[in-house]
Amino acid sequence: MNDVLELTVGQALERIGAGELSSDEYFDVYAEAAAGDELGAYLWRAGQGSPNGGSDTPLRGVPIAVKDIFCTEGIETTAGSRILEGYRPPYTATAVRRLKEAGARVLGKTNMDEFAMGSSNENSGYGPVRNPWDPERVPGGSSGGSAAAVAARMAPWAIGTDTGGSIRQPASLCGVVGMKPTYGAISRYGMIAFASSLDQCGPLTRDVTDAAILLRAMEGRDPCDSTSVGIDGGIQLPSRTDLKGLRFGVPRELSADAEGVEPGVMQVFDRTLDLIKDLGAEVDECELPHSRHGIAAYYVLAPAEASANLARYDGVRYGRRAGRSEEPETALVSMYERTRAKGFGAEVKRRIMLGTYALSSGYYEAYYGRAQRVRTKIAQDFATAFERYDYLVTPTSPTVAFEIGARAENPLAMYMSDYCTVPMPIAGIPAISIPAGLAQPDGGGPDLPVGLQITSPAFTESGLLDAAFAIEGAIGFDASPGAS
Amino acid sequence: MALPNEYEAVIGLEIHVQLQTRTKMFCGCALSFGDEPNVHTCPVCLAHPGTLPTVNEQAVRFGLQIALALECEIAPRSIFHRKNYFYPDNPKGYQISQYDIPLGTAGRLGDVRIHRVHLEEDAAKMIHVGQSGRIHGSAHSLVDFNRGGTPLVEIVTEPDLTSPEEAREWAQLLRTTVKQLGVSDVNMEEGSLRVDANVSVRPAGAAELGTKTELKNMNSFRFLERGIAAELERQAAVLDAAEEVVQETFHFDPRSGSLTPLRSKEYAHDYRYFPEPDLVPLAPTEDMLDEARSALPELPARRRERYASELDLPDDTAKQLAFDAELADFFERALETADGAEPRTIAIWVTGELVARLREAGDGEVDPSSSKVTPQALASLAGMVEAKQVTTGAARQVLATLVAEGGDPAVIVEREGLAQMSDSGELEAIVAEAIEAEPAAAEKVRGGNPKAVGPIVGAVMRKTKGRADGGEVTRLIREKLDAG
Repeated sequence: MNDVLELTVGQALERIGAGELSSDEYFDVYAEAAAGDELGAYLWRAGQGSPNGGSDTPLRGVPIAVKDIFCTEGIETTAGSRILEGYRPPYTATAVRRLKEAGARVLGKTNMDEFAMGSSNENSGYGPVRNPWDPERVPGGSSGGSAAAVAARMAPWAIGTDTGGSIRQPASLCGVVGMKPTYGAISRYGMIAFASSLDQCGPLTRDVTDAAILLRAMEGRDPCDSTSVGIDGGIQLPSRTDLKGLRFGVPRELSADAEGVEPGVMQVFDRTLDLIKDLGAEVDECELPHSRHGIAAYYVLAPAEASANLARYDGVRYGRRAGRSEEPETALVSMYERTRAKGFGAEVKRRIMLGTYALSSGYYEAYYGRAQRVRTKIAQDFATAFERYDYLVTPTSPTVAFEIGARAENPLAMYMSDYCTVPMPIAGIPAISIPAGLAQPDGGGPDLPVGLQITSPAFTESGLLDAAFAIEGAIGFDASPGAS
Repeated sequence: MALPNEYEAVIGLEIHVQLQTRTKMFCGCALSFGDEPNVHTCPVCLAHPGTLPTVNEQAVRFGLQIALALECEIAPRSIFHRKNYFYPDNPKGYQISQYDIPLGTAGRLGDVRIHRVHLEEDAAKMIHVGQSGRIHGSAHSLVDFNRGGTPLVEIVTEPDLTSPEEAREWAQLLRTTVKQLGVSDVNMEEGSLRVDANVSVRPAGAAELGTKTELKNMNSFRFLERGIAAELERQAAVLDAAEEVVQETFHFDPRSGSLTPLRSKEYAHDYRYFPEPDLVPLAPTEDMLDEARSALPELPARRRERYASELDLPDDTAKQLAFDAELADFFERALETADGAEPRTIAIWVTGELVARLREAGDGEVDPSSSKVTPQALASLAGMVEAKQVTTGAARQVLATLVAEGGDPAVIVEREGLAQMSDSGELEAIVAEAIEAEPAAAEKVRGGNPKAVGPIVGAVMRKTKGRADGGEVTRLIREKLDAG
């Protein structure tokens, strides 16, 4: 394997800056690696020799993999859905535009669960993504293509989106770093909407420093997104090597008491807590009493918003259109129905139905209204916890990567994959997952990555990255799928 | 036909006003009327995947002005909702509109209470190709997205109106009010002002409201009055037959002047309103409110008072002017140019003779600014009458010429020899001649019947072609007959 592929982007940028590595060579090595994709991670690849406008820029022409949920002008963008097959957006998402302006080059568009609905990448309209650690297992989702590409050295780094865990959970299952910033840190303009009040763009990288570099390039207020505010003071690159004087809380509900946490995952988590103590932090158990209702609230709020966000895929202006009936009376409705019946996959339809039901007259208060109140309670729980603790830590995923097909027929089991990651977007706060070690899956097999999730109050990304950086150093995770 | 006495009408209006902002409600596309279809569109107003709305600040300012002019309470934080329905004129699959917390509530205009004032976006324009012009029975339909996203203010009244005439008059007052704010061109034919009516009938004196029906598409004030009258009659007939009024929506057909019920499919919706997560609450600052308040011009009610008290106009004349934007504009401009003519004289000429002439010449609705009569010409004509340079009769002839051809009244008077006779010797001779020519009438006057001067006056007027003042002629005749 080419040793350039083992560099973090931070290291590569130093080498390019020092004239030891050409940015075109760096790009082309990755273009070649991406061309050999056998995991189904990519839906579109730029190929070698992509124009380089940016050796004087901060990101010096480095390649980046972009989840196919981000609109890229003139380049097919499908959000993993057949309903957008062939759709070439007339504009580019703000996050991608900022990366390009900073000098990055789009290496490819990565596969994903359709409209970011899923935790295994099996819901893509273009086939599943396989986990580079074990091709019979899922990479997690919905940013499974991005996570797999970074883990498999087919991309130096990538961006994804996280609504209920769609960056952190696949990062955990693939053994990479994944961060969901505070809601409002990065513009959502051009990011195809799943659940607008929860969706947030973020980095998937080899290490914490790369996550900071990428976040720094993307964050900021965007006049095209009224809910974007940026991060006050920007992002400082992390440098902390100890955790002296910091207090870490371990929410019982999202760790020891959580349902379905594998023993192997718990062992890695407990070992990591010891490392955090060794770094000088205080570690205590704490409570987030309403977080156990997170999944229930999430599966009302997110489908409700999705049912409206996905109404635009009607076959009228772009994307797929199915033929209509010959009856003039039903021509329009039959065109809508057939287009959406053929264009959307089963999970997307399920969530549109859930959301439509939850918003229906007579049910709104019982479902949407109540879920909003739970949301407030969950946010208050975090606020209370952050009065005592600087950070909260949990396992990112209750399990290591599971086998393809294992949860495909059981939506509830699939939804529980996000048990530990859902409360943070509900509260709008940032969270990062870093590789904490390897564990054997229940039922045996080779060791697979386990992620540690760290969360902190809104807009404290620099501090969050600092803590993650210190813990990352103490863990010293150096396994990779190719080497295992 | 009027509503039979045993019933009373209860009428409320829902008014949509297209705001004359530079750009659309949620994107930067220019507003237009009559341009090529689909030239004022962008990814946002075509609802491309990933796009987000941003609120047009000018529309908020205009909305505030309307709400303040209608004496509404302004919500400190009003919010946008999504109103979900599928139709090709609605590209997102939802309309962004204010719902439970509108911009303004609890206002008043004249005798009618205002329930609410809120901001929303207009739908695109559908053109149904085929015989009926409606979607049913059309061969196919075209969509023009130029209009889609135009800022709208919706004004909903309480059901305080009790007759079709009153509804028309009040709607005209509202139109004048909005027009004076300069925030819309409020043109009913072009659809920048749309008035729908909610109509019900109940036995006179009953406390309970009857079942209401909704009337749409009445695109002139006459049609509004006619549509409401027709629906009241229909409901009264239903009640007379001891049947029940069914809640439904009617479409007014201006060609036939009749109402046809919309098919239930065309309006029966569960809109599944929920708060628009892509927008933050609208919280007008004190500065914005102050600015909107100070931008309020003199409104009709205040103007009516001023006309009556300061300009000494009769109250009905003051009202007729103040409540009609075009007449008031014309009057104000005539006042500015008047050389010595009393406002009262000008007002009476505008509201009396000018309106009557224009009504004869045109089709009902009177807009002097689009006639050939300039405000200067009318002021100068009124001044000539006041200075006894022309008689009232001659001035009417001049006005007829002005309406037909335009021009300067002084030139017309000169050209047509209409100047009032100032030489009393000449007039005395004509009077003497007329007395001779009408001996029977002269005899009656001498016999003590002063009212019998008519035929003699008529003869003088014929001879002088209206150049003589009627009062002066009568005085001279009586003087001569007494003397005789």
